[in-house]
Amino acid sequence: MSSDLTAMNVDELQAALADGTTSVDLTQAYLDRIDAADGELRAYLHVDPEAALARAAEIDAGGTRGTGLAGLPVALKDVVVTEGVPTTSGSKILEGWKPPYDATVAARLKAAGTVLLGKTNMDEFAMGSSTENSAYGVTRNPWDLDRIPGGSSGGSSAAVAGGLAPWAIGTDTGGSIRQPAALTGLVGHKPTYGSVSRYGLIAFSSSLDQAGPMARTVLDAALLHEAIGGHDPLDSTSIDAPQPVLAEAARRGAGGDLAGLRVGVVRELGGEGHTDGYEDGVLSGVGGAVSRLEAMGADVREISCPAFDLALAAYYLIAPSEASSNLARFDGVRYGLRIGDDGSRDLDEVMALTREQGFGPEVKRRIILGTYALSSGYYDAYYGQAQKVRTLISRDFSAAFEGVDVLVSPTTPTVAFPIGARVDDPIAMYAADLCTLPASLAGVPAISVPCGLSEGLPVGFQIMAPALADDRCYRVAAALEAALTADRGDRGFLDQLATRRGSAA
Amino acid sequence: MSTDKLVDFDEVLTRYEPVIGLETHVELGTVSKMFCGCSTTFGAEPNTQTCPVCLGLPGSLPAANAVAIESAIRIGLALGCRIATWSRFSRKNYFYPDIPKGFQTTQYDEPFSTAGHLDVEVDGETYRVEIERVHLEEDTGKNLHVGGATGRIHGADHSLIDYNRAGIPLVEIVTRPIPGAGAKAPEVAKAYVAELREILLALGVSEVKMEQGNLRCDVNVSLAPIGSLEWGTRTETKNVNSLRSVERAVRFEMRRQAAVLDDGGRIVQETRHFHEDTGSTSPGRSKEEATDYRYFPEPDLVPIAPDEEWVEKLAAALPELPAARRTRLSEEWGIAPTEMAWLVNAGAVELVSDTVAAGATPADARKWWLGELARRANDANVELAELAVTPAQVAELVALVGAGTINDQLARQTLDGVLAGEGSPTEVVASRGLAVMGESDELVAAVDAAIEGNPDVAEKVRGGKVQAIGALVGAVMKTTRGKADAATVKRMLEARLTAG
Repeated sequence: MSSDLTAMNVDELQAALADGTTSVDLTQAYLDRIDAADGELRAYLHVDPEAALARAAEIDAGGTRGTGLAGLPVALKDVVVTEGVPTTSGSKILEGWKPPYDATVAARLKAAGTVLLGKTNMDEFAMGSSTENSAYGVTRNPWDLDRIPGGSSGGSSAAVAGGLAPWAIGTDTGGSIRQPAALTGLVGHKPTYGSVSRYGLIAFSSSLDQAGPMARTVLDAALLHEAIGGHDPLDSTSIDAPQPVLAEAARRGAGGDLAGLRVGVVRELGGEGHTDGYEDGVLSGVGGAVSRLEAMGADVREISCPAFDLALAAYYLIAPSEASSNLARFDGVRYGLRIGDDGSRDLDEVMALTREQGFGPEVKRRIILGTYALSSGYYDAYYGQAQKVRTLISRDFSAAFEGVDVLVSPTTPTVAFPIGARVDDPIAMYAADLCTLPASLAGVPAISVPCGLSEGLPVGFQIMAPALADDRCYRVAAALEAALTADRGDRGFLDQLATRRGSAA
Repeated sequence: MSTDKLVDFDEVLTRYEPVIGLETHVELGTVSKMFCGCSTTFGAEPNTQTCPVCLGLPGSLPAANAVAIESAIRIGLALGCRIATWSRFSRKNYFYPDIPKGFQTTQYDEPFSTAGHLDVEVDGETYRVEIERVHLEEDTGKNLHVGGATGRIHGADHSLIDYNRAGIPLVEIVTRPIPGAGAKAPEVAKAYVAELREILLALGVSEVKMEQGNLRCDVNVSLAPIGSLEWGTRTETKNVNSLRSVERAVRFEMRRQAAVLDDGGRIVQETRHFHEDTGSTSPGRSKEEATDYRYFPEPDLVPIAPDEEWVEKLAAALPELPAARRTRLSEEWGIAPTEMAWLVNAGAVELVSDTVAAGATPADARKWWLGELARRANDANVELAELAVTPAQVAELVALVGAGTINDQLARQTLDGVLAGEGSPTEVVASRGLAVMGESDELVAAVDAAIEGNPDVAEKVRGGKVQAIGALVGAVMKTTRGKADAATVKRMLEARLTAG
């Protein structure tokens, strides 16, 4: 029975909980699965079975089980601050830090009655596209253990895809929810900037970071999103507006009627003349998805967004610039690692040694890049110029959304690549985010939904919508998901992996 | 400790023209900090007024204090500034343990207020100080360096950090360079800070307690050869924390820089420390090798666009500002500007005003505060306002004198009692038995005794040398230990010696 539980979608688990399955049973099933599989996958950085079971028992006793999210286990990316639970952001510099407070996202999930299964692995400070930059080891892709699970939310993607969590929270700065979701066959949504509180997310790039759901299905993602979203006075950039109804949009979308929906296929993201670096299997999967949308009544056209070509360059100035400042607080003075404080060194040396030994190479690379870009005399040419590009990208979106309701593209140019393939080539690694960066820079919502397999590995389809129209992403994604699920005749995309797991076992 | 060569102050001015500038940091008196809900109460146990936000813990985010923003804008308005229609916070990045985030949230190129001015008066002459900007930022924590000789970080055994102060809202008021003050430069600097302090008090935005660090000044000084078209290189003396020190810091830097320039040396652009004990400055870190602060707009806070109507409302609701108030009070009290200047310098304007409000005449109130009370404050080496007597009590004292209950000498004894905490003037008069004696038997006896004890004098008076009566009055006053009313005594003596 327990193996069944870990292969269920969340709406099925809700029904099971309402039907008498206890949260302790459910939590135990996931803990067993973690026990069995995480030695190999290494999706989690921290699991506390006793605490999880105690929490589950508390929910069972409290009488709320089966209503809303109560009793459902959840995994959090380790960038989310959790009171009393170790939080490292994948970095050695925070090893052993137990925060004295909860991130708003964590607090809302707690208030909703969820059970924290554990904290998932990630690229250090969310800087990376493969989770190979974690200070705590590489996470593997459940679809192929020799491949990366995407990043930076690779622990979350591997956990959900591998059945080690029913769903998980990720964060997305330039694609860190969508890209790992795409590479592991999940649904991952980056909400409108400002629609999910950033309070308690260890900041990478403040003007880009957003937390969001990573789940087995579009409906699951919408349910998780609704639980964490909405205005938070603790985050000044939080939008004070009612949250669109998302789960309802997903249910409606699953009905499959897209008549009148205007869909723009972005030429610059894998379209004609822009196919360099895109795998054929990805392009054909995405092409197939577009055809399905058309078949459901959508009016499809190609849209050009010329400034998207500049997104990668702009992103790699803005994000490192903000990161260089955000990561300045890790100086060994107040918390976390402190190196060399033996009375023989002065303050500056201790700070420098702590940062030298506490940060990994990619983090250092970006701090140096950002420090340079913000330097007096270079600011206008780099940070200032990048902000202008950002404005151009936003204008491209605005112009496009005058003619279409959503924009679509591949989520990533390739399927999951082998572990180690790009670690020595930062530019190749950065290219993994090519398709996800424009939405990040413009602050608009974007979802990745599986649209098929290429060489046995998942391909992600990205749907982007105007700011605060997250419901559109869910609606269109659910329609596509429903159509493809019907084609396959299974309960969801991950059933293909479960089948494979079953046959391998 | 200073081994600097110094040129005589008057001599400096024969060769050089000083340019000064002031950056003043004011801790606002808000209930909570700039970006979190922590208390701002002074003097709490270290690190008890902190939270994830002001400790800069990973993941924490700022939320701006609306009262602090309003206060900053009101200060800008009081200084005649232009209020920006769009303003942003920026990050000033540098490493130091007392800034928990590794950057200070401040304002850089988009402050709330720019282009104001403040007129200050020195020796009857008005100097216009141009205000470049008024902006809002957060205070740092406080380092305590333990061990070592200097109390500075170098040479210390270890350091402790108190983050209670971290995140307290701080308004920075920056002047444009002030040329043309010449020999008065030190006094202009002091008068500017004093006037600014008055304005802040009138606005009620800060307690402005300099001894608690509510108001801290960085003093910029440069010298240029007289007639030169270019200004000299400036030094910035940090954390000068009293009015007197502001004046001394300018004076010292003028004398030191003149000596350096006289010897053909050059002034290094640097920050300097001020030493209260010696009145001297010593070099801190050099700006020429200083950090690049890599300012950029704070992405965790949204830009602030003060609504024009709201700003107008704030402007209309400003209290009467000190300069206008002084003009009005001078007229009401019938005093000359120079006398008002004395009151200002003595820190007595509010005290006198409150004493008048409590019923004393302006002349009496001034007489007491600038006379007897000023003497007492001076003897005790405290500010006038710190004396343990309230304006209401001074008015009561004046009223007792006016009613003839006590005379001036008894009033001083009454004041002794009030300052010693024995109660109100009326209570002290009663408890110490200080009331003037009426024509009591005791006084008649004292008058008799004086005549009997000084027969020669009494005879002279009887013989028509009326002015000799003073010696007899003195004798009576002596035996009554000043409690008699001199006029009454004189009248009684006259009645005894001339009529009969």
